[in-house]
Amino acid sequence: MAGAGGGGCPAGSNDFQWCFSQVKGAIDEDVAEADIISTVEFNYSGDLLATGDKGGRVVIFQREQENKSRPHSRGEYNVYSTFQSHEPEFDYLKSLEIEEKINKIRWLPQQNAAHFLLSTNDKTIKLWKISERDKRAEGYNLKDEDGRLRDPFRITALRVPILKPMDLMVEASPRRIFANAHTYHINSISVNSDHETYLSADDLRINLWHLEITDRSFNIVDIKPANMEELTEVITAAEFHPHQCNVFVYSSSKGTIRLCDMRSSALCDRHSKFFEEPEDPSSRSFFSEIISSISDVKFSHSGRYMMTRDYLSVKVWDLNMESRPVETHQVHEYLRSKLCSLYENDCIFDKFECCWNGSDSAIMTGSYNNFFRMFDRDTRRDVTLEASRESSKPRASLKPRKVCTGGKRKKDEISVDSLDFNKKILHTAWHPADNVIAVAATNNLYIFQDKIN
Amino acid sequence: MFARGLKRKCVGHEEDVEGALAGLKTVSSYSLQRQSLLDMSLVKLQLCHMLVEPNLCRSVLIANTVRQIQEEMTQDGTWRAVAPQAAGRAPLDRLVSTEILCRAAWEQEGACPAPGLGDGHTQGPVSDLCPVTSAQAPRHPQSSVWEMDGPRENRGSFHKSLDQIFETLETKNPSCMEELFSDVDSPYYDLDTVLTGMMGGARPGPCEGLEGLAPATPGPSSSCKSDLGELDHVVEILVET
Repeated sequence: MAGAGGGGCPAGSNDFQWCFSQVKGAIDEDVAEADIISTVEFNYSGDLLATGDKGGRVVIFQREQENKSRPHSRGEYNVYSTFQSHEPEFDYLKSLEIEEKINKIRWLPQQNAAHFLLSTNDKTIKLWKISERDKRAEGYNLKDEDGRLRDPFRITALRVPILKPMDLMVEASPRRIFANAHTYHINSISVNSDHETYLSADDLRINLWHLEITDRSFNIVDIKPANMEELTEVITAAEFHPHQCNVFVYSSSKGTIRLCDMRSSALCDRHSKFFEEPEDPSSRSFFSEIISSISDVKFSHSGRYMMTRDYLSVKVWDLNMESRPVETHQVHEYLRSKLCSLYENDCIFDKFECCWNGSDSAIMTGSYNNFFRMFDRDTRRDVTLEASRESSKPRASLKPRKVCTGGKRKKDEISVDSLDFNKKILHTAWHPADNVIAVAATNNLYIFQDKIN
Repeated sequence: MFARGLKRKCVGHEEDVEGALAGLKTVSSYSLQRQSLLDMSLVKLQLCHMLVEPNLCRSVLIANTVRQIQEEMTQDGTWRAVAPQAAGRAPLDRLVSTEILCRAAWEQEGACPAPGLGDGHTQGPVSDLCPVTSAQAPRHPQSSVWEMDGPRENRGSFHKSLDQIFETLETKNPSCMEELFSDVDSPYYDLDTVLTGMMGGARPGPCEGLEGLAPATPGPSSSCKSDLGELDHVVEILVET
């Protein structure tokens, strides 16, 4: 049973409520660094939900089939497969460690019984195949049940091996390893709509790969200056257009987005479109550039729009208009007066992600204090919700939260100075069709679903 | 450091002086806050012996912030660029400052160690330092805020206050940004270590009065001031590169 309207329900409408569904992860106060979730991604059908963590592990959850006898467990996600994707490495040339942290996971569209995903750390991308095995053959002629070879002279009869059911086993195996193509840290990977190629972007370069070929990649963007003294801008995110396989965008630390067409030239250093909002001179400060740095860029499912996340806001751009965004949503404007403190404690460099719902009618992004924000583009309503253990009773509705910016604090409001900046929600994902969202809060993964009254 | 040059407003001061002081205080408050931001940024960019490659985006953003402050301070005249005639002495002066800073770290009580630069090129750290700082003053006829607020102390004694040493470090490093990025041909991974910022060094205490650099209230918090030990480290490495 799909969600009402298949994802068309606006986030803020009256007959719509977000409810707690599940939480994954340890409850301990002491969070092991390796358990911190670093990426969350639904697959194309939404049946699988993958998470990557700082320890280089990937955990995949699978949605249970709807069960008539247990109507309340509507599509719960349970662990399907866990594997170690990346290990820590040491670069002997630079005498530096290469972290095993999974920066991004991207699923490939399913083409057969197996599932494929790309996972990447700072330097290496891997293609993993996740396949099920629920039968095994018994009655081999040449070997015993435990696998030992039988002595050929002992074989007196022939038999046909038969397939017998076994407990479901999910295996993950690395099928391709795409290495040694990035000098700088990989921040994005994006599978092309042709399902044959994908791009990987680091701070200064973007490479194009073919999924079958690991020993070669094409450099399509290079913004490294000849003299590194002149470096003032880096690439922060990149994505392929969902339908036009020749088009991709990349964002920068100066708050600009460039759209490139691979048909125009082999090296896409010259953009086809350049998106930048003129700066508001009245709000200029020494932190203006830092907060304008774009941490994430995502195309809408329709391909008509793209969304960018900078430190304080989310902007929706019409691909046909480069001069300014068509929508700007404030995520936590109350932080504007705290920028110096946030610069001091490095929080100003946090990279928040953003995501669209299946119908592109709503967008979601994270904030601090385990808050996350949803904006309904149709009704223009927004809501702040919290991922916390306190509101984790089964099917409990989430209560909207409010941050008090000054003056008298009302009951249930929280003041800006009480916000916990260590509890940051950087990674969120929205089911491609239903109103199911996954929110990563440090080492816990929260899953929320809608409740139709 | 933040108290230096900033006259406290006494109760019962003359009215005309009061007005002038109030105006000065606003201006200098912004300058102090801006200076504090610059210091913080430089410390963030400091080299650490880190095991993991630093975040290039963060380093670039901090470096751009430092450049912005430098540019503004240059326009204000509060940034003392090393004039051509002193350019030849600049590297040596920097060395001198380092020397003093390193010594000051463990000789704060005021012992006067013998200057270790005795190869005839200089008369020793003390005498070099003084002439330079006093020579620089006339190059900026428009009185900078620093000078208006308090006379630059021109002690001949070797024992300098930490404030002056700290200031010397900054005024001697107009090209520190270029130094930090000077990596013409060498591979990125060398530059990388130069660009390393301080990772996760959350300092206790809020940055009072520095929000948005609006001239606000009393003294910027001392948490913005780096430890002398870290400062030594910064300077050592800046000079080494």
